[in-house]
Amino acid sequence: MAGVTPKPVDAVIVGCGWAGSILAIELAEAGLKVLVLERGENRDTFPDFAYPKVIDELTYAVRGKLFQNLSRETVTIRHAPGDQAVPYRQFGAFNPGDGVGGAGAHWSGVHFRITPDELRLRSHYEERYGKAFIPDGMTIQDHGVTYDELEPFFDKAEKVFGTSGQAFRVNGTVVGGGNPFEGPRSAEFPLPPLKNVYSAELFARAARGLGYHPYPLPAANASGPYTNPYGAQMGPCNFCGFCGGFGCYMYSKASPNVNILPALRQKPNFELRANAHVLRVNLDSTGRSARGVTYVDAQGREIEQAADLVILSAFQFHNVRLMLLSGIGKPYDVATSQGTVGRNFAYQNMGTVKAFFGPDVHTNPFIGTGGGGQAIDDFNADNFDHGPLGFVGGSPCWVNQSGVKPIGGLALPDGTPHWGAAWKKAAKDYYAHTLSADAHGTNMAYRDCYLDLDPTYRDAHGQPLLRMTFDWKDNDIRMSRHVVGKLTEILKSMNPKAVAVSVKKPGDHFDTRSYQTTHLVGGAIMGSDPKTSAVNKYLQSWDVPNVFVIGSSAFPQGTGYNPTGMVAGLAYFSAHAIRTQYLKHPGALVPA
Amino acid sequence: MSSSDSSFDRRKFLRGSLGALPVALGVDLAAGPPAAAAPVHDYQPKFFTADEWQFLRAAVDRLIPPDAEGPGAVEAGVPEFIDRQMDTPYAEGALWYMQGPFYEVRPELGYQMKFTPRQIYRIGIAAADRWVRAMVGKRFTALDGMTQDGLLAQLEDGRAELRDISSTLLFGMLLQNTREGYFSDPIHGGNKHMGGWKMIGFPGARADFMDWVDQYGKAYPIGPVGIAGRRA
Repeated sequence: MAGVTPKPVDAVIVGCGWAGSILAIELAEAGLKVLVLERGENRDTFPDFAYPKVIDELTYAVRGKLFQNLSRETVTIRHAPGDQAVPYRQFGAFNPGDGVGGAGAHWSGVHFRITPDELRLRSHYEERYGKAFIPDGMTIQDHGVTYDELEPFFDKAEKVFGTSGQAFRVNGTVVGGGNPFEGPRSAEFPLPPLKNVYSAELFARAARGLGYHPYPLPAANASGPYTNPYGAQMGPCNFCGFCGGFGCYMYSKASPNVNILPALRQKPNFELRANAHVLRVNLDSTGRSARGVTYVDAQGREIEQAADLVILSAFQFHNVRLMLLSGIGKPYDVATSQGTVGRNFAYQNMGTVKAFFGPDVHTNPFIGTGGGGQAIDDFNADNFDHGPLGFVGGSPCWVNQSGVKPIGGLALPDGTPHWGAAWKKAAKDYYAHTLSADAHGTNMAYRDCYLDLDPTYRDAHGQPLLRMTFDWKDNDIRMSRHVVGKLTEILKSMNPKAVAVSVKKPGDHFDTRSYQTTHLVGGAIMGSDPKTSAVNKYLQSWDVPNVFVIGSSAFPQGTGYNPTGMVAGLAYFSAHAIRTQYLKHPGALVPA
Repeated sequence: MSSSDSSFDRRKFLRGSLGALPVALGVDLAAGPPAAAAPVHDYQPKFFTADEWQFLRAAVDRLIPPDAEGPGAVEAGVPEFIDRQMDTPYAEGALWYMQGPFYEVRPELGYQMKFTPRQIYRIGIAAADRWVRAMVGKRFTALDGMTQDGLLAQLEDGRAELRDISSTLLFGMLLQNTREGYFSDPIHGGNKHMGGWKMIGFPGARADFMDWVDQYGKAYPIGPVGIAGRRA
């Protein structure tokens, strides 16, 4: 240890993505001296995301310039306890971020809340379908917080993100046009919905024709000029088609860099240190209180940073890993089902259907915006009767054309060769005439899907990698096949020349090689019982009350919607509890 | 982002591939030598040896052959692209977690070998060349297109038994890098004259479609532009 000890701060925040930036501005507004430690480099719209250099599929989406540096740290993965876990050596299924903005700089922008049913998932299913409906080994549970408690913070997040969308009901009054299944709203979206690209328009017409209820996807991509409550300005999205995997050159996609950091940087009680990789949270001799963190700076020096309050707001699995490396909470033991840290690791469960049209239907798939499109919720949450179907969960379905690029996005009808003249002809015939739709499904939590420290592999600092034990289960595959079947009917009703269906088959294993989503959840889950949750409803560690763990790590199971809006809502809810309760009486906010 | 085709049926693919061959040949013959092709520029490879370079040029031009639909891979500068990529951190495996131990596991768990892209090409091309000579008594570059296609298909599906390296690893890298070179921005050395983009109708770095979002049913009328500012 080099013995460098900077001045203590009131709050140290690990990770400068959405969760870290929200906690930072809230705590800085409360007058605390706030330090954010970000392991990656400093980045901003200019110069890092400037046109035209950022419009480069190879550098960003394919080589992953904004993604985590896997050569230094990754995770290991296995399908079942007892298997040999091996490293996630190359990017495939998920793309966690790195650098200031985190994955919030390279996300697409779909900005949902959560459905009220899913916040109390176990209770809801038990009440409607009976306890026996939930299969053995499925460890789903309630979040321990109500939709009404969170609603003001969902609303706040939408105003900060400048979200474009259309409400169905505001304060109980139907305003129309939006999603009739949505949870209660206290206000309209701050911006009207984005225009539909042609593919989304075709999807909405077809879905309506079959009696479903299409609505505009809520998108944190600005449909017009906007100034958020922090005074941060956004410009209207121009549908450039470079969102997921890229930074936004137009100041149109909400990101910590555009929407929060400009205001934070004005505050004298805020400091950001980039290239600062946190190794662990340091606890006092009782193990019940954190003293701060130890990090490695850009020069490789180990630095001990004292703080009264520690916020873990790194990517989902880094939060869990830091808890395990620091001895915060009891690690989950799959043999006994005891312990909480690492428990209920879950994911997203995607199915995709593509429709291929003739030369007269120009879907122009390069035109796109990351969060925009048209969706239906008719098969999401418990909006349909699960009784005769016998599975838990659901999927929103949508056309979310975020800009199809030719290296990674070119899709061709089944049976097309992968190379040669026939491949080439198909690429020419179909690229500009393809429509893609997703069933973005839930993934339930299971007793044997969890996170722990890997016994073999280590990171560049010599610390154990995190190990994922995860596979698809019958319930989730049946759910996905059911909804993908409905989605396929919608696409077939458009009379395409061909459709291609990508859906899991019974017995399929988790495939780490092809992109699915970066929506990893759980492992440090919230709840009302310290025996089955790592943090309380305010995302405060049950075991070390001056540590809060913010992010999708708190979700007890995978949700139908994308997680970022829920993460932001929870972050504001947690920050509010810290400001109004914890700072007045530091200690456990919920008796254990 | 949606997932790509994960449940690929190899037998179905093989049938499709064999069925497509005569079509491919027909197009080739009809088109003849690419008359409109730009003159072959005299790029000198920095990574690939002379023998490797010949193999690479011949192979990528079967993966994306020149015909009336658009440029072939050689004309599009794919070999130059791949050679230039070999001079980036990617080629050294520096973007990948490369610590051992290395286990053989289910393919769903992803790449688990210790080869870097440079090693895959260096070891793989030599091994493929040896295998081709053992199979047909000639070098790959001396064979006609149909024979080359048949051999590439065996490299693709693993029927080719190479010494030192799996043929599917070599083929997978070659196909991925070929598509990258055909469709990436010309600043990376491939996609010459934006021929790959023009063929499919991708407008490159235009990146502003405010006026075209709701022009339903119409083809986008403007050709591509590259990061360097050149138009096709």
